Amino acid sequence: MNVTQLSLFLENKPGRLQSALKVLGENKINIMTLTIAEVSDFGIVRLIVNKPAEAAKALKENNFTCSTTEVLALEIEDVPGALVKALEAFGRNKLNIEYMYAFTEKRNDKAVMIFRFDDVETAKKALTEEGFQIVKKIDIIGE
Amino acid sequence: MFNKDSESMPRTKLKDLQLERLKWSMAHAYKNVAHYRQAFDKAGFKPEQFKSLDDMKRVPFLMKSEMRANYPFGLFAVPMEKVIRIHSSSGTTGNATVVGYTKNDIEVWAEVMARTIACAGGSEKDIVQVAYGYGLFTGGLGVHYGAEKIGATVVPISGGNTDRQLMLIRDFGTTMLACTPSYAINVADYVEKKRPDYKWSDTKLRAGIFGAEPWTEQMRKEIETRMGIQAFDIYGLSEVIGPGVSCECSAKSGLHVFEDHFFVEIIDPETGEILPEGSSGEIVYTSLTKEACPVIRYRSRDITRIYYDSCSCGRTFVKMDKVSGRSDDMLIIRGVNVFPSQIEAILMEIEGTEPHYQIIVDRKGAMDDIEIMVEVNEKIFSDEVKVLTDLSNRIRQRMQGVLGVSAKITLAEPRSIARSEGKAQRVVDKRKIK
Repeated sequence: MNVTQLSLFLENKPGRLQSALKVLGENKINIMTLTIAEVSDFGIVRLIVNKPAEAAKALKENNFTCSTTEVLALEIEDVPGALVKALEAFGRNKLNIEYMYAFTEKRNDKAVMIFRFDDVETAKKALTEEGFQIVKKIDIIGE
Repeated sequence: MFNKDSESMPRTKLKDLQLERLKWSMAHAYKNVAHYRQAFDKAGFKPEQFKSLDDMKRVPFLMKSEMRANYPFGLFAVPMEKVIRIHSSSGTTGNATVVGYTKNDIEVWAEVMARTIACAGGSEKDIVQVAYGYGLFTGGLGVHYGAEKIGATVVPISGGNTDRQLMLIRDFGTTMLACTPSYAINVADYVEKKRPDYKWSDTKLRAGIFGAEPWTEQMRKEIETRMGIQAFDIYGLSEVIGPGVSCECSAKSGLHVFEDHFFVEIIDPETGEILPEGSSGEIVYTSLTKEACPVIRYRSRDITRIYYDSCSCGRTFVKMDKVSGRSDDMLIIRGVNVFPSQIEAILMEIEGTEPHYQIIVDRKGAMDDIEIMVEVNEKIFSDEVKVLTDLSNRIRQRMQGVLGVSAKITLAEPRSIARSEGKAQRVVDKRKIK
């Protein structure tokens, strides 16, 4: 199982993020990590939550536009140069990163980073063969 | 006056001329255009029954939708070898209106535009800078031919490139400027902000003929004061001929309609009934001399009123007020006619489904701004920013290509475009031009 990311469309206006997250809070959905990609008039919020399907349902019911996407969570050693090694592996396998972000908490004393690739399965296969530790959904959301 | 005999003709004589020409125009349209034949037959009207101006009310109207339905050449009344020019409104197939001109039509157009320039005090001594767009739009070439006809020197610079406009006004000694009123104000703003060295008093510019969009007395005062010139309103529509349908004279109290070529009526846009002199309503045009594309009772959707007061300039032609509005949903953005249906068609073409959208028109400074808010639904949403910015760019480019105006595209959340009783308000016009 891959990690399911929830993506949410928001206008770049005060109060919009708050209204969206309020919906999640009211539905008892816990956010593991969150990142925002913004341009001048809108932003896309990417979230890893404990219950992505329920979160998407709640948001849609409240007139938000959102979708779910499979992403790859990788364990990266928490030492200088470790991320570069990962990136080198991506290069060797011609994997282009659409975007990436990190978890705030360590797991097994390692950093966890989320990568969005065009084709998640190809990336997963290539990186497993390279010996990277791919974090399973269950490990992150702790169910 | 460019043509004193015509322009100051006694009204009784003018009425006789109009009647004679109306008979010709209707017979010409009936004989050569299938649409008119069908429409007249359906209404039980025969051109030979047309005996007096009172018979006008029996003649069926020509609607914009009918012009579009006859895209491209369905309303042409002469074979193509007689057509020497084509102009067209912006729009996609089924949305554009196309008009053709014979050699004689171009002559008439040059004549009425020469009269327009003379109305604004122009003559062969003038240097006329044409800053209307050239091309399928009638503005540029219309003024161009009229200015040549009167013997003025034409500077065919077309629209945009303000620095170059200013340079030529100064270096060529331009005396008359032709452009949209909002562009004139834009030029004045530009000089104030970016060219403190540029002094209008150092130029020979003394008059401007401004049209293609509605404007106010306040805008006139602003242009006149800031540029130190006389500003005249000129009016026209491509369906009738282009610019040169009517224009202001030195009295600046209404626009004289060139009635020896265009017959005008004011009707109630709801009932279609002809309204008495002085009433405000929709102005309807019938061409009296046009060969390639005769228009018979064309519903312009422009709201104005007409009156037959005598004028200090000596012209006997009827005067119309500045157009005060529209009886349909057409928007005029920087001189370009835009229908919400065209915008909707583009969005459907790009998204493959009818999107929820809203058009917001505003005037920032003097220039019209058009913003199209497009609701991001699940179908077009992506977790990647580039997919959404690509979409927004594609919509913008297509709008520019089809409509000829640049629009700001804003991607919006579903809730942010107000819905009232299930039906959205498609257009919000914040401009104050009345």
